[in-house]
Amino acid sequence: MVHREILSLIHKEFLLEWRQKHALGGIVLYLVSTIFICYLSFTGLMSVPVWNALFWIIIAFASLNLVLKSFGEENSGRKLYLYTLASPQAVIFSKILVNSLTMIVLGVLGFILFNLFMGNIAGGKPVYWLVLITGVVGFSSVLTMVSAIAGQVRNNFTLMAVLGFPLILPLLLLLIRSSLAALQGAGVADVGSDLLVILLLVLISLTLSNILFPYLWKD
Amino acid sequence: MKPTTWNYIWKIFTIVLMLYVILGGMLMEVPVLPVIHQTIRNIYFHVGMWFSMIFILFAGFIFSLRYLRTFHPRFDRMAYATVKTGLVFGFLGLITGMIWAKYTWGVYWVNDPKLNGAAVGILVYLAYMVLRSSVEDPEKRARLVAVYKIFAFVIMFVFIMILPRLTGASIHPGVDGNPALATGDLDPLMRRVFFPAIAAWMLFAWWVYTLVYRMDTVKEKINQINIDPS
Repeated sequence: MVHREILSLIHKEFLLEWRQKHALGGIVLYLVSTIFICYLSFTGLMSVPVWNALFWIIIAFASLNLVLKSFGEENSGRKLYLYTLASPQAVIFSKILVNSLTMIVLGVLGFILFNLFMGNIAGGKPVYWLVLITGVVGFSSVLTMVSAIAGQVRNNFTLMAVLGFPLILPLLLLLIRSSLAALQGAGVADVGSDLLVILLLVLISLTLSNILFPYLWKD
Repeated sequence: MKPTTWNYIWKIFTIVLMLYVILGGMLMEVPVLPVIHQTIRNIYFHVGMWFSMIFILFAGFIFSLRYLRTFHPRFDRMAYATVKTGLVFGFLGLITGMIWAKYTWGVYWVNDPKLNGAAVGILVYLAYMVLRSSVEDPEKRARLVAVYKIFAFVIMFVFIMILPRLTGASIHPGVDGNPALATGDLDPLMRRVFFPAIAAWMLFAWWVYTLVYRMDTVKEKINQINIDPS
């Protein structure tokens, strides 16, 4: 039953995304322009650690922007309608899944663009792709719950950044460290423990969302 | 024993213990070690402050859980009081640590997993205060902040326990993730003050918390009287 609910909710999310293409387009444009600004302002300063740190900071901001709108733009009428139809667990799980999938697409897009502009450093390293995908899934699963909290308050972009950044900062540090190792030629076994920590974190935030989201939902 | 008598006894006990810790910490014999010399006495204060912060914030985590179970506004006020108290002790721990670092490591701040973990933890609780002040409706505010606090507490707990173990290279003592609890390497001379110091700081922090909570409750009552003077 819950699977069906989640599936149809995901269908609804993608349909909405397709009909409001400008929202997603805005984030893609954000990625492109940020990378272009970095390309212009970091000329001559590029080293491998700087490249790596810059890339992750851009990805962190992009996921903050993306996840913010998953609850921020839901109007109250539609919320009430969803409330009568679906269970809160199905709603939060579908949001996390949709955010993760969209973020994987955006992350890969950003990665390709970044390699294009800033010098192809990581394109041929499969371990880096693995870290990238695990990382963006980690970002989305932690931030979706934060967005559910911030979405209940007006003027929520600042709030989202204030609430979300301390929570993803350790994750960001972990990702920068392990992806730098991947750039310097580490294999899957070397970054394996870091990836496991991130997966553990994803599991914990799924569990917490499952328990805590019903309290946010009944408004 | 009547609860009121007990109330006096533990507070007097805290004062006596705290006096012992301050006097003993400043005056009693400590081992002579290179580099840190007499600054070793800071361990009675710096570690005690962090212990009391963790203790108070853990109590606050329990209060938030109980709020979501019962929706009684009392638990929300209690949780808020723990955050205020915990933040004060956190800042004290940060300041004593920074002064200590200046005299032993030569700088006020190093890029170290434990130091960064502490800073991020304090940022989370400051974010809690921001979230609290940006919602008007008291019932909704209590619900939102309780959910954020529980979520953030568990996530931060995972990070603070796991990250230093993974990264390994930390300049801060206590490699296994619990700084200063590995008492095996603490000199017996110092244990005479160190253990009472931990207890004294925790009792003191609890006392401060009860005062903050009572002040908030009184303020709430005054507000209600002002709104509705009948």
